[in-house]
Amino acid sequence: MRSAKWLTTAGLLATASLVLAGCSGAAEPAATAKNVELRMTVWTSNEDQLALFDAIAAEYIDAHPEVESVTFDPLPFEDYTTTLTTQVAGGKAPDLAWILENAAPDFVDSGALAPIQGTLEKTEGYEFDDLNAAATKLWKSDDQLIAYPFSTSPFVVFANDDLLAAAGQPTAAELQAAGKWNWEDISEVGSAVNAATGKAGFVIRDFDYTTWDNLATVWLGWGAAPWSEDGAGCEFASDEMVDALTFLHEAAFEKKSMPGPGATADFFAGESAFTVTQISRASLLAEAGFAWNLLPLPEGPAGEYSMVGQAGIGVMAQGENAQVATDFLAFFTNPDNSEKLAQWFPPARDSQLNAQTLAAANPVLTADQIEDVVVPGISTGVVRPSHTDSAKIGQTVRASLDAMWTPEADVAAVLDGVCESVEPILGN
Amino acid sequence: MTTESTVLPDRAVARSGGTGPRKRRLTHKQRDAVAGYIFVAPQVLGIVAFVLIPLALVVYFSFHEWNVLANSFTFVGVDNFERFLGDPQIAPVMQATGIFSVFLVFFNITIALLLAVMLNRSLPGITFFRTLFFSPVVVSLVAWTIVWGFLFQDNGGINGALEVIGIDGPNWLREGPTAMASVVIVQVFKNVGLNMVLFLAALQGVPQELQEAARIDGAGSRTIFTRITIPLISPTILLTFIITIVGSLQVFAQIAVLTQGGPGISTTVLVYYLFQQAFLFGEFGYGSVLSIVLFLIVLLLTVVQWQLRKKWVFYEN
Repeated sequence: MRSAKWLTTAGLLATASLVLAGCSGAAEPAATAKNVELRMTVWTSNEDQLALFDAIAAEYIDAHPEVESVTFDPLPFEDYTTTLTTQVAGGKAPDLAWILENAAPDFVDSGALAPIQGTLEKTEGYEFDDLNAAATKLWKSDDQLIAYPFSTSPFVVFANDDLLAAAGQPTAAELQAAGKWNWEDISEVGSAVNAATGKAGFVIRDFDYTTWDNLATVWLGWGAAPWSEDGAGCEFASDEMVDALTFLHEAAFEKKSMPGPGATADFFAGESAFTVTQISRASLLAEAGFAWNLLPLPEGPAGEYSMVGQAGIGVMAQGENAQVATDFLAFFTNPDNSEKLAQWFPPARDSQLNAQTLAAANPVLTADQIEDVVVPGISTGVVRPSHTDSAKIGQTVRASLDAMWTPEADVAAVLDGVCESVEPILGN
Repeated sequence: MTTESTVLPDRAVARSGGTGPRKRRLTHKQRDAVAGYIFVAPQVLGIVAFVLIPLALVVYFSFHEWNVLANSFTFVGVDNFERFLGDPQIAPVMQATGIFSVFLVFFNITIALLLAVMLNRSLPGITFFRTLFFSPVVVSLVAWTIVWGFLFQDNGGINGALEVIGIDGPNWLREGPTAMASVVIVQVFKNVGLNMVLFLAALQGVPQELQEAARIDGAGSRTIFTRITIPLISPTILLTFIITIVGSLQVFAQIAVLTQGGPGISTTVLVYYLFQQAFLFGEFGYGSVLSIVLFLIVLLLTVVQWQLRKKWVFYEN
């Protein structure tokens, strides 16, 4: 009996020692940053892009033995921010994350992202001052860079010259040369294309009568904005916005130059004469079965303008390896890697915002298209509107704007209703 | 050394010869109870882990404001409940939920019963039709909904078919009444096969001799159906009512894929509103309050139906 008790006691002690040793053993690597496994959430599942990311990561791992792996975790674009937030809520925050520009204020101002500027500035060869001031504006808090804008992609117009010719209309270049590269003339041409061919005139890609902030590519031409500079006041009911959305309403329901709600038309499948989208979509034209052209956004009543969409990379403050992740970010976005990434993601570096760099990275586009459209678009473009509480604002405005997408809608009254709904949220 | 085992078989105890200390034996009843507990243990553990603990956490979260991005978790008392009572969106959300549930339950039960009656015959090829009507039940819900989404497009298949017969179809998913009708249609055809099979099984359990006796007594087909068949399958009708109503209150994928709650908020049912608040807007505290409300509604409806069964379900009197 005595020996049995002794054995039991010894066994318990041994087990306890092993458990304690196991616990302390598990804690040690975190303290000394060994065997680090980094994870970055992204919304691309393009195999070529992921292969490039992996190649950059492999180079980093070779030089940093403490990092065991870097995983790029593709999440569906449609639910990207929701999925990312849910991962954070579930205690499974990634180490780094791509951030959409419409969610940037929520992430930058909330403290969800770890500061990165100090590390970027200290990293040898990073050339922090090369980062474009306009491109980094959205990603700063208290003048400190919180996330890196890895993609600054201008919105442009792609035109299907074959479809225009089939409808007996001038090509995009001819329209531009004739001084008719403006929204009113494009709507007229689009209406003629629809009447002659049954295909769509112009399409605001990804708008689909739900993602209303894509309409900024149009309303900027009227000098409209959804809210005031400080973000506290609603501007949807302004005269400029009423005029801009009246133009779109007429295009959809009277002139039929734009597909109506519930109708779909894919420019890249040859189903529309024009589409407004980001330059990164140019890759879809590599095997286009029609003649196409690339032009800047058309002129509106308020004059010429351009707009960019952005995406940033942030280091999640709740991640387990924030410092290592920041070091990796500094490597991932250094001048050499930024140039490699430029083939898909127009860089935020002044030294790389030139036709030479962008032409080498974009074989689908001509040097003239890059010089005339892409470079000016990036350097002068206004960033797509964003605000804190972006999801709530997005949903509230979408629900209120739905009333506009019927033939008999009173545009001004609907926009008054939008302001009534969204103002309490903007005020917060 | 004390007891070796408390569940030794009787024969083992007998073989021990009764020389040692008297062993405590479980009675048959106790052994049955132990066996019962062992059998239900996995289910109980599952319910505790995946139902009761989450339920308790939802109640806990409902008294807090949780800012996921800022990593803050603050006790706010009953603020979230007060917000629910003053939320102007709740009335239209409840209205949409009620409309969806009423229409879904009515059409689902009615069509399922009609199909079951039609298919409750011994005809050549009848199995093919039973399989045909049941097949949507086993199709992926999201895939089913996406296909219907294409059909409901303004320039989609349904309006194309209507155009052939000279009808200018509505823009199904962009107008409030037709958007709700579309969601109901998609859900009715998705699950009507399940209720149909339940009704079919019940109909086949109705004794033929009762129907024949009624017929000899001069009852017509309609009288036989309403006075003999319906009362005899009333337990199945109760079951289908309960599962269809509970299912209707949990509809989510169809709304998310087809309408995202629009146009306006005309198809924003309670579950979708809950999803928006908790997962899109990051309002987990308020989302928890909404899920408590949903839980109470489902519980109340189930209890009410269970109590009402005594009034109309055969053999429950």
